[in-house]
Order: sequence, then structure tokens, then C-alpha cells
Amino acid sequence: MSRVRRRLLFFVPVGIAMAAVLAWGLVGLPSFGLPHSDYARYFAQHATGQRHTTNVVAAIVFDYRGWDTMGEELIMVSGVMGTALLLRSTRGEEHRAARDPVTSELLTWLRPGMIPLVLLLGLWTISYGYITPGGGFQGGVIGAGAALLTWLAGSYQRYQVLTPDALVDAAEGSGAFVYLAVGLAGLAAGGTYLHNLIPLGTTGDLASGGTIAVLNAATGLAVAAGLVLIFHEFLEDYTETVPDVAAEER
Amino acid sequence: MTTALLVVVLTAVGVLGVCVVLTHDPLRQTVVNGFFGLSLVVFFVVLQAPDVAISELVVSTVAYPLVLLATVYRTGKGTRDPQRRRRAPSDSEVGR
Repeated sequence: MSRVRRRLLFFVPVGIAMAAVLAWGLVGLPSFGLPHSDYARYFAQHATGQRHTTNVVAAIVFDYRGWDTMGEELIMVSGVMGTALLLRSTRGEEHRAARDPVTSELLTWLRPGMIPLVLLLGLWTISYGYITPGGGFQGGVIGAGAALLTWLAGSYQRYQVLTPDALVDAAEGSGAFVYLAVGLAGLAAGGTYLHNLIPLGTTGDLASGGTIAVLNAATGLAVAAGLVLIFHEFLEDYTETVPDVAAEER
Repeated sequence: MTTALLVVVLTAVGVLGVCVVLTHDPLRQTVVNGFFGLSLVVFFVVLQAPDVAISELVVSTVAYPLVLLATVYRTGKGTRDPQRRRRAPSDSEVGR
């Protein structure tokens, strides 16, 4: 019997069995959409009163489930480290000036307005993250997108000047450090790790939520800096591998 | 929650997902993946989850295409479109 036949003979009954188990599992799920679990109902009723934030998701992410978010932030940091290790090349020589002109007139025309606007949007999404939908992670990625726009719509040199390695490294490290430090401060103040110890303000103001605001800002900073570092690693050998730019160098 | 709207959006998500798989050129796949991400954003908004929608929007517009394009560029595969491959280096000096 040929190999394909043998594989089919094995796959078909196993596939049918898996489909049957999947269908049985899907049938047993709660119906789509309407009935909330008790857990969700508790949060919908009590989260705003207990934490003084209007964005319940941010309260869950940075307070009720702050431990999980800390794990995710550390995942981000290790992802950046892994990318840097994998894509690390010989850094002996200096980056020569790569002439990569923007050939699109629209980009050159939109650039002065677009980049500050996107950066402002990112900062706004981060800072109002616990009042309106948004948050540290979303705003951080938008901010990193603004940095990327300086490369896309400008030149590689401008991008290098605006995102120096030391600054971005420090930003990412301090974002993660602030998160861990706030947790330890909660321990030191006699409560649990990541206990919300700053006075909660008035609901709906920027000064509300206690440690949620601090953790939100720290996450935004760490995510933005982490993504810029990943961009750095990918764009590292830019002068050598872009065919048009390298041709101009010679 | 209007059922008709949900059905339409779910169908869009499914169709676009299949389209992403059926696109063979890596560069074009990135664009189609952007549309797939957009349909997911609409889906999450219809399900009343704005935070997840913003996250998906931001990831599928900024982070994911960047990593995809940078990887395609670094591995040297580029586009399989023969017309773009044959473009001469002098064309990059237009508009400087």
C-alpha cells in the first residue's frame, strides 16, 4: 500500500473521531452572547465602585488580574531579548549613511502632520486607558508606529537619530521595572503583591484608579520601547541588504 | 445583538481568512491579512468589546505587517511577481 493510502487510512477515522468530539464539546457550550457568568456580572456591578475607573477592562487587567499582566510584560521583554539574540549580527563597523529617498510625494507631503498626530494619538490612548477603551498596550503600539513612520516617511538616518539605542533600552527596562517595583511596594506596605495602595481618586478623572494609572503608563512605555527595539533588530543590516541602497553605496 | 449583522460579519471573517491562505505572494498576503484584521475589528466591535477591537486594530495594522514585511525582506524572498523583481536600481532615484 502506498504511503498516501496509509496516511489516509489513518487520518480518516481519527479525523472523524476528532470532529465528533469537537461537535459534542461545541454543543455543550453556553448559548452565544447573552447569559453572563456570575464572575462577569460581579465585575460589571462592583468594579467601578471598588476601583474608581470607568474602564472595567483596565481595572481587571491592571488590578484584579495584575499578576497575569506582569507575566505578559515579561513575555514582551523576553521576546525582545530573543529577537535581539537571533538577529544579532557583527556590530563591528559603523552604520554608513544609507541614501534611501522617499519616492512617494504623498508621504513627503503628509509627513510633518502625520507623525506628531500619531504620536499624540498614542499618548492619548495610553493616558486615558483606564477611563475610555484603550490602555497601555494599545497606546504603546501606536506610539511605536509613530517611530516607524519616521523611517517609512523619512529616512533611516532620521529614524536612527530619533530612537537612540540607549534611550530605548532604558525606556523598556524602566517600564518593566516600574511594574515590578509597584508590586513590591504593595508588599512593603503590608498588603499583597500588586496591592492597590495609592489613593483612588474620583471616577472619571485622570487622577483615579490608584496604581492602575501607574501600571498603565509603565506598560505603555515598555510596549512602545519593546516594539521599537524589535524594529531596530530587523532594520539593523539595512544598508547591506537593500539592493538599491547598497548599489548606491558603491 | 442583531443576528443578521453578526452573520454578515462572521461570513466576512471566514471568507477573508480563506483569502489570506489562498494568496501565494508573501507581499500581497500581508495586505490581505490587513483586511482580515479589519474584519476582525468590526467583529469585535459588533460583539461590544472595544478594548479587544483596539488591540486587534493596532496589532494587525502596525505590529504584524511590520514583522511580516521585515521577515520577508530579511529572508530575501521578496515578491514572486517577476515584474517588480526586474526593476532597475536607477528607478529609485526618481523623485529625490
